Amino acid sequence: MSFDVTAVRRQFPILSQIIDGRPVHYLDNGASAQTPDAVLDAVRTYETTGRANVLRGVHRLAERATDAYENARTDVAQFLGVQPMEIVFTGGCTAAINLVAYSYGSLLKPGDRILLSELEHHSNIVPWQLLRARAGVEIDMIPVTTDGRIDLETLPGLITPRTKLISLAHVSNVTGAMLDVGAVVTAAKSVGAKVMLDGAQKAPHGPIDLPSLGVDFYVFAGHKAYGPNGIGVLWAKPELLDAMPPFMGGGSMIGRVTFAETTWAPAPRRFEAGTPPIGPAIGLGAACKWMQALDWTGAHAHEMTMVQHLMDGLQKIDGARIFGPAGLQNRYPVVSFTLDGVHPHDVAQTLDSFGVAVRAGHHCAQPLMDRFDLDGTTRVSMAPYNDGSDIDALLTGVRHAAKTLR
Amino acid sequence: MSDQLYQDRIVALAKAKTGAGKLENPTKSARRDNPLCGDRVTIDVRLDGQGRIAEIAHQVRGCLLCQASASALSSVAVGRDAAGIAAVRHDAERAVGREEGEAAEPFAAFAPVAAHKSRQECVLLPFEALKDALS
Repeated sequence: MSFDVTAVRRQFPILSQIIDGRPVHYLDNGASAQTPDAVLDAVRTYETTGRANVLRGVHRLAERATDAYENARTDVAQFLGVQPMEIVFTGGCTAAINLVAYSYGSLLKPGDRILLSELEHHSNIVPWQLLRARAGVEIDMIPVTTDGRIDLETLPGLITPRTKLISLAHVSNVTGAMLDVGAVVTAAKSVGAKVMLDGAQKAPHGPIDLPSLGVDFYVFAGHKAYGPNGIGVLWAKPELLDAMPPFMGGGSMIGRVTFAETTWAPAPRRFEAGTPPIGPAIGLGAACKWMQALDWTGAHAHEMTMVQHLMDGLQKIDGARIFGPAGLQNRYPVVSFTLDGVHPHDVAQTLDSFGVAVRAGHHCAQPLMDRFDLDGTTRVSMAPYNDGSDIDALLTGVRHAAKTLR
Repeated sequence: MSDQLYQDRIVALAKAKTGAGKLENPTKSARRDNPLCGDRVTIDVRLDGQGRIAEIAHQVRGCLLCQASASALSSVAVGRDAAGIAAVRHDAERAVGREEGEAAEPFAAFAPVAAHKSRQECVLLPFEALKDALS
């Protein structure tokens, strides 16, 4: 049976809206995806039948809240193919990377090296620069190929015995290119370096088998994966979590507190100081279950059909240039383009008048923009609930911008 | 909504590119970036003995609104000092709805931007660069 996009769309109430007489063509999923009924229902159930703080209370609502929170951890773990106690809930993907940079980073020594790439989101650059300023580590950068992929051919020359961590985007938030994780892990192992993947743009496209990837850290954001805002995930190998000191201090993350000395709770509690984002975590658990139930073979084929439709359409527009892989192999449905003579913000603003939501600008990847001397790009980022009508509306808008703004 | 934003007068100001380019021997130059959207404006000025703008040029790597604003600003800048430019800025602020009152030309053309809060900084960025250049 073919992928039933109509049935998927029906689960996302926001997509049935009419705004200023036009349907919503939401193609800004890379910034924030929309949320299905299953997630809204889970959060509402918590808020209306089990709202309380977790871990501390003995009353029934507290027990319901704790159960729901820990069940969410299990749902996220199953989505990633790992154990629940290896999942740390954070305030977001950025918070998760900062946690690793601070905590794992505190185990590094001056002169140790972190390897990033030129296409990283600022959230996978700046925390390491802060660590560099704090701890004297060095940062190396893998360049990007002209079709927007991390150039792994340069890897052997960049990895050194002092390289302790390679932190890369699993899927680029600008070009949609997917990383060859195996090649990175093999290279990292040759010098004993750890590998962290920023999965913000990969997690929204289905379950991930982390053990088979062989990485050491994985992070992703709830709101890009059909879950609520204010929640993110850090997964790390248990021996790493055990070795890492706390990032933030407070309630829940302690073993025993005295003024003379405080001991830490085991992971993941050690990294979840204070009251966690309970409702958002429960919503994310529901999102992971929702994703696990989806037919991703069909969904991915559907997404790639839309990517092809978009690329074919853009190629017929004078001055439209795709920035990223030209083919469908090893890529996800994030497509950036430029339009000669029209600034990306003006493209995006014009698209808004056609009911089409996209993101334009540097996409928090200014080093990548500088490398290609770009002011920015217009980015189309798709989800399984998008359909051909969204792409058609977008192409109509781009043609209009090309005709009226240059 | 956005069709109304890109009205002919704004597009015409951007296309006019008044003052676009560089000065060979500027008295002062300044560059301002908008960290949110990445727009970038560089302004060169040549000043006379009284601190008034004798010549102005701008390079914009930014959207049509930013280009149109830099073009409009360049068209009225010559002969003005910092206080005179501040007065023009009030016109821009009025046009985009940040201040009460009616905007004078050429900034009256930017009235449609009042409905697009996220784009107002695009209009004001050239003023920020020029302010730095005159400071």
